[in-house]
Amino acid sequence: MNSIFEYFADIFHAVKSLLTGMKVTGRYFFSPGEIVTQQYPENRKTLKMYDRFKGEVIMPHNEHNEHRCTGCGICETACPNGSIEIIQAKIDLPDGKKKRIIDKHIYHLGMCTFCGLCIKSCPSDALAWGQEFEHAVFDRSKLNKTLNQPGSSILKDIVE
Amino acid sequence: MKEVINLPVKNVEEEEYHINMGPQHPSTHGVLRLVVSLQGEIVKSLKPHCGYIHRGIEKMCEKDTYPQIIHLTDRMDYLSAHINNHAVCLLVENALEVEVPERVKYIRTIIDELNRIASHQLWWCSFGMDMGGLTCYFYGLRDREKILDIFEESFGSRLLHSYYTPGGLMMDIHPDFQKNVKAFIKYFRKKIKDYDELLTGNVIMQLRSKGVGYLSKEDAISYGVTGPSGRASGFSCDVRKHHPYGVYDKVDFNEILGTKGDTFERYMMRMNEMHESMRIIEQLIDNIPAGDYTAKMKAVLKLPAGEYYQRVEASRGELGVYCISDGNKTPYRMKFRSPNFSNLSALDHISRGVKIADLVAIGGSLDYVIPDIDR
Repeated sequence: MNSIFEYFADIFHAVKSLLTGMKVTGRYFFSPGEIVTQQYPENRKTLKMYDRFKGEVIMPHNEHNEHRCTGCGICETACPNGSIEIIQAKIDLPDGKKKRIIDKHIYHLGMCTFCGLCIKSCPSDALAWGQEFEHAVFDRSKLNKTLNQPGSSILKDIVE
Repeated sequence: MKEVINLPVKNVEEEEYHINMGPQHPSTHGVLRLVVSLQGEIVKSLKPHCGYIHRGIEKMCEKDTYPQIIHLTDRMDYLSAHINNHAVCLLVENALEVEVPERVKYIRTIIDELNRIASHQLWWCSFGMDMGGLTCYFYGLRDREKILDIFEESFGSRLLHSYYTPGGLMMDIHPDFQKNVKAFIKYFRKKIKDYDELLTGNVIMQLRSKGVGYLSKEDAISYGVTGPSGRASGFSCDVRKHHPYGVYDKVDFNEILGTKGDTFERYMMRMNEMHESMRIIEQLIDNIPAGDYTAKMKAVLKLPAGEYYQRVEASRGELGVYCISDGNKTPYRMKFRSPNFSNLSALDHISRGVKIADLVAIGGSLDYVIPDIDR
């Protein structure tokens, strides 16, 4: 008699525990409350990433096409996996001396691990994080970017 | 008349046979291959094969400077990335005898605990899914997203942060950080009740996990099973309590200890740990002292020649970093004692004699992350 009672009690408890779980799912089903899903490709125009979002490394230029990079190469040595390549050029100064300036700041986005050491180590704050994150391309050579824009020059007040 | 060939009739129930579970199997949470020796449905023995996601992180550390090593440790146990970073940072700071500001210690402790909650949330999702409850997966990920949003706002990334540097932090916390964390704690205290209603009290889950996959305290110690899995067997191994780092010595929290050592106990350990983590965060979040976010460090860090060891409590157990330095800017040898590797070694012992369906539940309760096993 006792075992029959336990048998039915077990069934009762099992059904009760299942209904407790169903109560939670049912509550969300009938009262969605907040919708947490982002409609990503559709909301592209309004989608705003956080200011600190690490999308890619960029070199900000001002309106006169001037950047802050001196071409010292500290970011190149700070990078753990060789994503940054600095190509320097020599120019003749008016007083006869020669000066090294940046020719190309090459950034291999495909190798970057977004650790942020280049930006942290830069002595003249020439690099920054960009918010662009849609990096998919058809050819991987397109991931090798030159950060300094063509024809750009260094800001006058940056001293090495 | 044709001759009847009498093939030897095999007794299927007595014969042992091997099947490969993985490397591509949804319940191994990565590329882990388990060669399971079965008799019928009963697991006789089990052999894990590692190395499918070996990247040679320890060897790569030997060519990297100490600040560069940080970003590699993110990629070991990616679900507790901050805590892995913390281990290397503490090792370098202790070796150089640098005193980091109080503000850094407070922030690091809060973020570690947030990371632990996020990791346990994802574990809860996947454990529920291993048991056959897909709803858990969506509810857990929905709440984890709140933490990831806080991380993204403050550090710019969601999973692999590289936020700690030897001596401090990469940048100061976001001005909204404290407000958002407090809002999250308030939100999650409500939502964690759903977790209990949905899965903890569920009769199917209880029948499948109670008394299944027993690990005794002695075996937990001899296999080196640490973290929530070890504490479920009664092995008091919380590094935060026994060897405090950060500001864990200043906060009031309990080390969750279990007795039964079965799958359900390991489940309850992690559920209770989320409550404890929230308690730790609540005590610290309003008291972050003002100050610098990094200590003054040299441009090139060179550790004095010698051997160093540092351990922290990652969300899956004790993470140890062992480093031999010969005085150069790169380490001579770096070795990580990863919690998942030790926890996996006990899987063969735990799962002998259980049904193969329960093996999935046991694996879920051990909560292994494969990139941490292989490194």
